[in-house]
Amino acid sequence: MPDPSFRVCIIHLDRAKGEIVAFGDKNTHIGGSGLAAALFEKYGLPDEPWSHPDQPLIFALGCLTGYFPLMSKVVAGFKSPYHDQYAESHAGGRLPLAMRFTGYDAIVLRGRAPGPVAVHVGSRIIETKDANYLWGANALTTGRVIRRVFPGASGHRSILRIGPAGETLSAYACINVDTFRHFGRLGSGSVMGVKNVKALVVSGDGNMDLPGSSTKKYAKLFRKVYKDMTATEMMSKYHDLGTPVNVAPLNALKSLPIRNLLQTTDPEAQGISGERFGNDLLIRNAACAGCPVGCIHVGMLRERFQDEHRFQIRQVAYDYELIFALGAMVGIMDASNALALMDEVEKQGLDAMSTGVALAWATEAYQKGMLSKEQVEYDLAFGNVQAYKEAIWCLGHAKNEFYRDLARGTLHAARKYGGEDFACVLGQEMAGYATGETFFASQSLSFRHSHLDTGAYGYDQKKHDKNPDKVVAYLVKDERERVLLTSLVSCLFARGVYTKELLAECLACVDLPDLAKNMDAAAEEMQRLRWRMRLATGYVPEKTKVPKRFLEVETWAGKMDPAYLDAVRAAYIKAIYELGAARKNETE
Amino acid sequence: MKILRATRMDRCIGCYSCSLACARQVHKKFSWLAAGIRIRSSGGITTGFEAQLCLACDPAPCAATCPTGAYSQRKGGGVIVKTKLCIRCGQCAAACPVDAIYLDETNRPHVCIHCGQCVEFCPHDCLELREKPKHVHQGGAGDA
Repeated sequence: MPDPSFRVCIIHLDRAKGEIVAFGDKNTHIGGSGLAAALFEKYGLPDEPWSHPDQPLIFALGCLTGYFPLMSKVVAGFKSPYHDQYAESHAGGRLPLAMRFTGYDAIVLRGRAPGPVAVHVGSRIIETKDANYLWGANALTTGRVIRRVFPGASGHRSILRIGPAGETLSAYACINVDTFRHFGRLGSGSVMGVKNVKALVVSGDGNMDLPGSSTKKYAKLFRKVYKDMTATEMMSKYHDLGTPVNVAPLNALKSLPIRNLLQTTDPEAQGISGERFGNDLLIRNAACAGCPVGCIHVGMLRERFQDEHRFQIRQVAYDYELIFALGAMVGIMDASNALALMDEVEKQGLDAMSTGVALAWATEAYQKGMLSKEQVEYDLAFGNVQAYKEAIWCLGHAKNEFYRDLARGTLHAARKYGGEDFACVLGQEMAGYATGETFFASQSLSFRHSHLDTGAYGYDQKKHDKNPDKVVAYLVKDERERVLLTSLVSCLFARGVYTKELLAECLACVDLPDLAKNMDAAAEEMQRLRWRMRLATGYVPEKTKVPKRFLEVETWAGKMDPAYLDAVRAAYIKAIYELGAARKNETE
Repeated sequence: MKILRATRMDRCIGCYSCSLACARQVHKKFSWLAAGIRIRSSGGITTGFEAQLCLACDPAPCAATCPTGAYSQRKGGGVIVKTKLCIRCGQCAAACPVDAIYLDETNRPHVCIHCGQCVEFCPHDCLELREKPKHVHQGGAGDA
């Protein structure tokens, strides 16, 4: 039986040393979400602010990462600059496989480097290099330079880096992973920034024995999963137009947030539909390592920069959430213009969703006279792509007091300048689903304040009776199922393929038969552990709000029912406190 | 005999399924390096991907330089590998003009044996097992 503990590499940035520890138990913590929460429980400082040098920035694999197709994600755990509470963010790219081949199940950054550094971790190397010359560089330039600073291993390493937003400590700075993927939400980029880590290079330069006791069995099961992922209809949505295919149906269901949620449908949205992107701008697809689906859609941004026929072209990855936030939400109904904003957000190292929603609020506040031209600097108006490009730069660089405030979160700015009623914030800036009460209640309260925490937006889109207890029972159960997947760590797009039976087969195949039998109980325990960490770091769910603008939404199902929304929230808050209650043996 | 060719790499999405399949099924390793086909970006992901694999030389300089006969000439190009004869000198990797042979941490060489097991794991049909084109003379690269 293999060692059930996780191998963790802790980098002490203040003294540029690594420490290798055996931690936890795969049968209990599973990995990913569970492992990150357990590591935070051990190394996190619940009562200290997120920017405390000793707060850990955790990157965790799961016990199936890399061993099967689409087990291709890494979970980041950290205390968030957004709400100063424990948070999680997920990313793929080459990081999961590169980390797997370093031999570490988790990498934890602790302390603060004396000056800007790039950290390099491989199977036989731990080093930090001065990177002062990169401070101020955008995320794409940083990637290019880092490739030269750490030569070799091309194609078998992952480069994590931050842009200016992570340096100016924006509440929603992201970590860019391999150009096209991100630890997007809740500000992990600033946790890197406050530690003076401009880049983390992970070289997957080790080789390993095949998992499990039977190489034949493993190869056979891999083949079966691979066929399921590529040959069946279940993944075709991601393989074809990708998530942008959602634009048109959500627009038809009056559930597409448009112009700061003043509208939920508009015929002009066809200009930013998945079909428009696919037919006019898509030039290629890319994949996370270990995923044959290749859901990353890359569009070509062609911009004329001189009156003569001189053009610059760039490749920009797009997805539904980016189209919603940097298209519909800011009234940009032209696919190429939306791509231009995505490109700018990418460079600044900002979270795309939070940026788009923050600028949508700023636009309405400016139009209403709550903000002056001096504060916003550019004529923010729905559809004004040039003004938004400049504003995104200002946001990343925290250029003036107003942009510094906005970079701390839309609601933070709204409290100071007014306009809380129309700040589209549900725990953090909303995701692209104006689907109804279930989603609004879910995102406002859920663990990551993410559309991926639960299937709430899908629930809204089907006919359902308005039974708050039933809804919350669904949310809690669905979250648990997702915690299992994000602990293993699977891409959530594979949730239709990875049934419990198949997961049990995979776990047994890598010599984790106990976990295979016990995965539901382990997932529930990790769900509870995550909530305990969130509550221990100060989460008071009642303090979250659903601003008035959400109650004015009208979807295919009709007007919002505030009483029902409140009832779902009340029941969910109760459930969260139950989930996050201290374990019995801790209270006795 | 047929040889493996990465003829449509413009379509590659960088999923590494081929490398993983080769390591898993041929070399019995869990790796994206210890494989006969390795994928690298040509300078960042935006520049696309390249496959590093044996181009089926005939005569093969790796076989010529091998001091024990662990590598011998394969009919149709490339080499036949007898691992038991290998003394891990690394001369084969040094002789390869296209850096197709990977030496692991024990100096064990990994090279493509043109078995084609990776082909079915490519979701975009970048790879194919085919005869060397007839118009290419012996000694040619075979990818005209």
